[in-house]
Amino acid sequence: MKRSFADLHLKININELSILQSAIHRAAKFGYRHLAVSFSFEPSIDEIENLKTLCKNVEVELVLRADLYPRNENELMHNLRRLRRKFDIICVICDDKEISRQAAKDRRVDLLNFPNTDYRKRFFDRSEAELARSGCAALEIDIKSLLVLEGPARTRFLSCLRREVAIAKIFDVPIILSSGATEERFMRMPRDMASVAYLFGLSDVEALNTVSMNPLAIVLRNREKLKCNFIAPGIRVVKEGNVF
Amino acid sequence: MKRVKRRYLALQLEMDSVPSEKELMDAIWGSVTRLYGEVGASLTSMALINFDVSCKIVVVRTSLETLGAVRASLACITNVTGKVASVHVLAVSGTIKALFKRF
Repeated sequence: MKRSFADLHLKININELSILQSAIHRAAKFGYRHLAVSFSFEPSIDEIENLKTLCKNVEVELVLRADLYPRNENELMHNLRRLRRKFDIICVICDDKEISRQAAKDRRVDLLNFPNTDYRKRFFDRSEAELARSGCAALEIDIKSLLVLEGPARTRFLSCLRREVAIAKIFDVPIILSSGATEERFMRMPRDMASVAYLFGLSDVEALNTVSMNPLAIVLRNREKLKCNFIAPGIRVVKEGNVF
Repeated sequence: MKRVKRRYLALQLEMDSVPSEKELMDAIWGSVTRLYGEVGASLTSMALINFDVSCKIVVVRTSLETLGAVRASLACITNVTGKVASVHVLAVSGTIKALFKRF
């Protein structure tokens, strides 16, 4: 069966419409079928509709994604309550250990993203992985950092990624590879992205899953949850009866 | 002696200007060397086969064993001669004839 590819992290500002349009066109040309544009604020309905139209024109499905940058645990909980039912994907940008732990154990969080390239500020260790597994969260890796860094910094970053990927594999935490592109030049074809995963120890099939099966599974799971007939995993309203 | 299996890669170069063959290969070799070091790069047996300047399509040869390493290195290219560029793999094949049939 032909794989369907997804890039769940396009970080282009939605106010720069021409750049965004050209990035969406490029993604379609590269063979992506699902594309997530990240919002760090609550977009208006018009903005979402515009984006959906842009994507529909090139036969790409838009995935709504919220990036949360909480300063403390309370703010994280507040944002999750406010935004969970409005977005397909919720990603927490983990800059702090307490926040990353809280995000990993919360079932409303889909992706854990560690933007820091400094190993002291990356908190994906065994404890985090265990929490992420029980909370059904996935580890997201942006390849942009790899493209931007050079020399010893990239070496250290690759070493961190190799360790994190090994831990994620031990604890069965899904890994998602995203472009994290802020500009078009950081976008890569899905199979090229997967080939980058070769650098931190994923096999060919595992690497391809990080850009196809794993992200799509999260999107489908969440869309199912967001449907009005969803009650709990495995339970949904099939038919409504008469109320006596 | 065991026959060395090779793979041919068709690459699409995305760049505003057109570099020379040497500049392009220097960028590719540079990327492989930065990621895998000089010994690692030497194991790839990489060679330029064809460079179509008009549509910026490049064909390079590498050994099958180092295909993953070369693909990863190609994805990491962000500039050629200091100018913003990216390289995308269009097709991979065991023979040049089959490669040209694919794209």
